[in-house]
Formats: sequence, structure tokens, C-alpha cells
Amino acid sequence: MKKLLSIFAVVAFAFSAHAGTLDDVKNRGFLKCGVTTGLAGFAAPDDSGEWAGLDADMCRAVAVAVFGDRSKVEFITTTGKSRFPTLASGEVDMLARNTTWTISRDVNLGFEFVGVNFYDGQGFMVPSALGVSSATELDGATVCIQTGTTTELNLADFFRLNGISYEALPIETNDEGKENLFAGRCDVYTTDASGLSSTRAAASNPDKWVVLPEIISKEPLGPLVRHGDHQWGDVVRWSLNAMIIAEELGITSENVDAQTSSNVPEVLRLLGVEGNYGEMLELSNDWAYQIIKQIGNYSESYEANVGPDTPLEIARGLNALWTQGGILYAPPFR
Amino acid sequence: MRSNLGFFSDEKFRSIFFQTLVVGLFALGLFFVISTTSYNLEKRNIATGWSFLQNPAGFDISFSPFLEFKSTDTHLKVYFVGVLNTLLVSITGCIAATILGFILGIVRLSSNWLLSRLVYIYVEFSRNVPLLLQIILWYSILIQLPRVKQSLQVLDVFYISNRGLYSPRPIFESGFSYVLIAIVLALISSFLINRWAKKRQDKTGQQFPVFSSSIGLIFIIPLILFFILGSPLSFEHPELKGFNFKGGLVIRPEFIAMFLALSIYTAAFISEIVRAGIMSVSKGQREASAAIGLKQTWIMRLIIIPQALRVIVPPLTSQYLNLTKNSSLGIAVGYADLVHGFGGISLNQTGQAIECMAIVMATYLSISLTISFFMNIYNRSIQFKEK
Repeated sequence: MKKLLSIFAVVAFAFSAHAGTLDDVKNRGFLKCGVTTGLAGFAAPDDSGEWAGLDADMCRAVAVAVFGDRSKVEFITTTGKSRFPTLASGEVDMLARNTTWTISRDVNLGFEFVGVNFYDGQGFMVPSALGVSSATELDGATVCIQTGTTTELNLADFFRLNGISYEALPIETNDEGKENLFAGRCDVYTTDASGLSSTRAAASNPDKWVVLPEIISKEPLGPLVRHGDHQWGDVVRWSLNAMIIAEELGITSENVDAQTSSNVPEVLRLLGVEGNYGEMLELSNDWAYQIIKQIGNYSESYEANVGPDTPLEIARGLNALWTQGGILYAPPFR
Repeated sequence: MRSNLGFFSDEKFRSIFFQTLVVGLFALGLFFVISTTSYNLEKRNIATGWSFLQNPAGFDISFSPFLEFKSTDTHLKVYFVGVLNTLLVSITGCIAATILGFILGIVRLSSNWLLSRLVYIYVEFSRNVPLLLQIILWYSILIQLPRVKQSLQVLDVFYISNRGLYSPRPIFESGFSYVLIAIVLALISSFLINRWAKKRQDKTGQQFPVFSSSIGLIFIIPLILFFILGSPLSFEHPELKGFNFKGGLVIRPEFIAMFLALSIYTAAFISEIVRAGIMSVSKGQREASAAIGLKQTWIMRLIIIPQALRVIVPPLTSQYLNLTKNSSLGIAVGYADLVHGFGGISLNQTGQAIECMAIVMATYLSISLTISFFMNIYNRSIQFKEK
């Protein structure tokens, strides 16, 4: 009996012990990437049914790094609540899902945030007819709030700090929030400012909605992977960094071919002309070149999905490069 | 010819062998599940243990009619708020479903063709549309009610909007407790009178007006006492201040949607159970009671229903259990029940899925077993007593 038990223990071990995620992804032939259920500008199907957005680009960049092909991604939608179990159980290889990096998620939940692809903060949106100009005037309001998010906790803190009351109306998805807000079931919708812009852009008459000036929290949104698989974490981290560095170095999807004959050493290292950084990551040596070629640098992705020329109209702000007044900063590529 | 399987042909040995095998396999399976889970939890650095229950929740729950809840309260309190909300919608739902179900079951059997057809359509519709859709349907209707600023005013004191139904809140002043005591005493004495009257009737055949005397005891005496004490009851009226009504009692659309959907859905099943119960009583019983000259309503109350109850109660119990378990669908419309608050938000904020789910499951199990326990007692009390 004892022998049988130990056999079972070994079997249990074998079932649960993974090879590295990178090998899993390579063997499977495509990347499984967890995204939102649809948040315009970050991850939402476009007119042709293709997933598009800043987070969707993040997924595609990793797929390009591993396979050299931007189409090798399966997008798996997750709600604010299902996202962590989905990642922890291995249903997805990574999350790029408007997820705020916090200590408890990084440490207690057993995940690893590999960087920040959007610096955000929590804001409030109200109908302009309400005549409210500051969040501190919201005493007694009914607030729509997505459950299981950091915003839910920030909201409680903000109202407690300001000594004003509110009624929370818990919702599961952004679409539910829209429905309740537009029907007047709640007065205010609170989520990350980018999410508000996205919701506002989706309204039939965006001018009827106003985003209040208060930003009540820091919400660094970034991709995350399971804790403990450092090789895979490195792949995702440097896929993001490669896009940021490319912007720093002025490499775009249009000029990337010309840049391979550049005389700047860091450009040559990034594009895999010099050095063997690809090998270190167990990727092909032109992985970063392919990301820039197929996806573009960070700026291109930003401008195409959430920038001032898109319906979301979000200025670069904090998300500008550190050299341009923002805080976007990637470690050196060497 | 004896088989050469030896021991195996012994019936006793065989039965012990197979039982041991099944239990052994089950234990092994359990061991496999537990060891894999704990191994993986450790490997993924997921925190375990029960200490999170004492941590502050950090979020607010706005629907907590029985307990005051603040964001600084613990996850344990989130649990209690959830249990109370689950019980609230389950108990009110069970009561409404029973009343509606009984009425519909009887109407379905009525000789009025139109009425019985209408109930038939109702039953077939609500039994065969998924409950989740019905909940969402009711909620979608309710949030299309007028906005809070354009609330409908009913009878000058009730306000209806898509934020809920606002009504005055009774405030009990000192002295009102005497009225309550009077009501309780009246209830007890009505019960005793009822027993005494029944005994007397069995012995002597004399009747006593139990119903009207009970009404007098329960309503009239406390009412007189109430006025003698100088009406120790006032009302706090809801008032539109800023964004919302302040004060008063409010029934939220989330609760109303849950209550309507659960009771209407379950009532359809109960009405079929009631119909089956009534039809199970043989036709001779009805004819015999008519023959001795009983009134139609008496036949139903004294002859048919007591016999039908024996058939009705066991499946009725399982409908109560279903309704209670179905209340966990409240998550679809943001009703702050056990699954939504503790099994949803707390779970997600602490990441301790296994602990939260274990507690939630154990709670539903306890609630269900309690309902079964009481319904079984009731069932025994109405069973045919063989002498």
C-alpha cells in the first residue's frame, strides 16, 4: 500500500511539474494570452474581428519574439475576477489585461509583474448634466465599481479619507458598468482613467459625459506571468522593453530595415546584428527586430490604440519617455 | 460443480472485498487530489491558511440591511453579511413561492378553462426558461424604471426609481415593546385556544369561533394598547437630497429582481407539485365528503389538503433547497449574497480561493441540511398516523 501511495505521489508530481513555460509555448505552437473581455484601445476586437489594442500588441509582441509571427496568439478573455485563477492554473501563459501591479499580487498571489506598459490612475466619470466638477462633491452618490479590482479598494479609501458617503453598485465587466451608468442606475463610474476614456468613447454622445479631474491612485498596468518561471518572465519583460528601447533609439516599423546598418552600437545589439542576446533568451537572434517590424515601437502602438488621434484621446502624459517628461524607462540593452 | 476460485466464490468474502476496494480507491483519489493541490499551492507561492479572515476587507458593501458594514471591517464580517443576504432572499423567496405555488396549483385544477389555461402557460414558460435569464430579464426591466430624480411617487410616501423602492422607516419609541409583548402573548393564547377548542369539539361536538377570537386577540388588543400608550411609533420619510434619497427604508432592484425571479420560477414547480398532490387524493374522498354535506371550501381544507400534503411535502422540501442554492445566481445582477461578497470579492482580493470556496460550500450545505431537518420534522407530523 505504501508503495502504491508513493507511486501516486510521484504521478501527482509528474502531472504538476511543468517544463518551462517557454518550452510549453514553443511545443504548442502558439501563445495563450489573457486579455480583457473588451476594452477599446487596450484589447478589443476591431471591425474585422482581430484583437487590437495596447495589451493585444503586448501579446502579439511576445508571440513575435517566440515564433517570429504576430498571428501565433490565442486571445483568452478574462474578467477582473477570473484573470488570476486563469493565469495561476496555466490556462494562459501570460496576462496583458489592464492589471495593476501591487505588492500583494506580486508577492501573495504568486505572480511576477514584468514591467509597466501603461501608467494609469483611477478617475471618476459622471454625466455632464449632473454639474459636478470635483469628486469631493460626490457625497451620497451611487458608484458603479468593478469587483475584485484595486479600484474597489481605492474607492473605499478615498471616500473614507474625505469623510463622504457613497453606495457601491458592484459590477463584473466594463459593459455592465456602461449599461448601469447609461441607465442612471449609478451616478458615477469609477475605474482607471484610460478605461473611462474608453467607455466615454463608446457612448452614443461622448460630450454628455465628463471625466473628473481627480486621479485618486497610482495604477501601473503591466503584463504578468506566474512567479518562479524566470526564463519566461525574462522573455515577456524584454519583449516590452524592446518596444520602449526602440522608441528611445528612434527605430520604427518603417525604418527598422535601414537601422540594421546603423552605426549606433545599441541599435545593432537590439536588432540582433551584434551580440547573441536572442540566444540568451533562447529566442532567435532577430526577435526584437521582428517585434519592431511586425508590431512597431511603443510609441507606434500607443498612438495607434489610445493616443490623441484615437477615439480615446489620451495624451502621452506619464507614458511619455523619461527623456520627454514621462516616466517610461527601460533598462539598457547590453 | 464448485468453481476453483476458492475464496472468491464465497459471497461474504466477495462483498467485503469489493467494499474495501471501493473505499480504498476513494481514499486514494482523495489523497491524490489533496496532495496535488497542496503541492501546487506551495509551488505557485499561493498563500494558504485562515488568518485572512481577520484582515480588513478594504471594500464596501452597500446592501447590508441587518449589519452595519464599513470598509475597515474584516473578511469574516463580509461572510456574515453575505450569509444574512442569502438567507433574506431565500426565506422571502420560499415564502412567496409557496403561497403563489399553492394558489396556482389549485387554480390549475379549477373548472374555469381560461384560468387553468393561463396557469398552464405560466408554468410551462417559467419552468422552461433558464433561471439566470429570468433574473437578468427582471433586472433589465427594473433598471429601466425612472431615474432617481424623476422617481414615481405612490401614496405620497413611497418612491419608485431604478435605485429601488423607498418607503418610510418605522421608528419604535419607548413603550412600543409593550405592544410587541402583547402581540406575542396574543399569538400564544390563540394557539392554546385553538387546541382547547379542537379538543372540546372532538369531545362534545360544540364549535368555538377560533378564527375571530384570534383576530381580536392579535390585532385589536395590541391596537388599543398602542393608542393608550400614546402611539409610540413614528416614521422616518425618505427625502431626495443630492444624488440619492436619504433616510427611509429601501429595497434595491438587485434584491427585487432576485426575489421575483426566484419565487416566480420556483412557484411554477411548486404549483405542479401541489396539483399532483391534490390529484393523488382519490375521487371517492371528495364524493364521500360531498355526500355527507360538507361545503366545497371545507372539503378542500379538511379532507383534500391534509391528504395531499403527504404527497406534497417531500418534493416541496427539495424545491426549498433548490431555491436556496439558486440564490447564488445573485452574482449576475450584483446582489450582495454569500457567493458575490465572500466567495467573490473577498476571494479575489485575498486570492485564497480554496479556503473561501470551502467556507461557502460548507455554509450552503449547513443551510440545506437545516431546511431538510425542519421539513422532515414537519413531514413526520403530517404523515398518516397508523393506530
